[in-house]
Amino acid sequence: MTQPDTPSPKSARQKWMAVLARASAQELADGLAALPALPEAEMLRAPETGLVMVRGRAGGDGDAFNLGEMTVTRCAMRLGAHIGHAYIAGRDHAKARLAALLDAALQDTARHDAVMQTIVEPLATAQQEARAVEARKAAATRVDFFTMATMR
Amino acid sequence: MTRLTPGFADPVLDAQASFRAILEAMSRPGRIQRIEARITPPAPLCSAAGAALLSLADADTPLWLDAGDAAAEWLRFHCGAPIMADIGAARFVVACGAAPSLDALDIGTDEDPQLGATLILQVAGLVAGEGWRLTGPGIQHEHRLRVIGAPDGFIAAWVRNRVLFPRGIDALLCAGDSIAALPRSVMIAEG
Repeated sequence: MTQPDTPSPKSARQKWMAVLARASAQELADGLAALPALPEAEMLRAPETGLVMVRGRAGGDGDAFNLGEMTVTRCAMRLGAHIGHAYIAGRDHAKARLAALLDAALQDTARHDAVMQTIVEPLATAQQEARAVEARKAAATRVDFFTMATMR
Repeated sequence: MTRLTPGFADPVLDAQASFRAILEAMSRPGRIQRIEARITPPAPLCSAAGAALLSLADADTPLWLDAGDAAAEWLRFHCGAPIMADIGAARFVVACGAAPSLDALDIGTDEDPQLGATLILQVAGLVAGEGWRLTGPGIQHEHRLRVIGAPDGFIAAWVRNRVLFPRGIDALLCAGDSIAALPRSVMIAEG
């Protein structure tokens, strides 16, 4: 999944939900195991898989078109008074459940900092590094095209 | 924040079973059906009304309800249905307290009579074999149904609804986990 060069301003919750959605189920499970145990959570919407139409726009000013359909799994869980949601690419139900649970824990001010430090921040750094490595590899093969008009 | 409770335990099978019960109720007006799905919708919604809404309502069916914020939030979450302030714009009207006047509801048009609203009316109890005498399509001789806590003047309002046919409203009566249906074609006489 690629990021636009200039991301639109996002809320803190959008940022952590994006990090959780990009992480693997294993990474989320490992992070959760390192935290103090969470209380019993209630499943509001069991993980369900469906298709979402992804729309695109060429050059930023073209008409929106349907790029294609994407498999998305969503889940909602309640932890105390907070409701966590997860929308993830693919059909990994365990990951959707973990991401929803962590989203609920992150909304709880008593747990927010611990979850941020143990799970979200390390994952965000790792994801950013992986993106930078990929961008460097791609940049090495970049070809610049000049039009005749600019060369004259 | 109000406490959201889960919807159907098994969204596919429970919705199918509830839909089947509603279909059965609609095809045999006045016969009481039980909805088996175990759900706990927020008060004051009863489980039959909650299950009927989870089975029937979705993003294309505007709702109107008098059941309070907790129920509205629950329905918005589980059905994705828009909640209307204007009762005449709603496809499903949920009445837990005083029943709204039937004349205020959308009755559809002669071209599209299926657009008429469905009234989901929560009553205190349903008893078969006594009370109202129902006749009409789906009933061989007559069905008897006693509706405990039926709104005053319901039969007179139903007579006015009956003459609008094919336009009109349909009603689903819910009490606990029991439902009975009054499609717009049924005729009701005092028992």
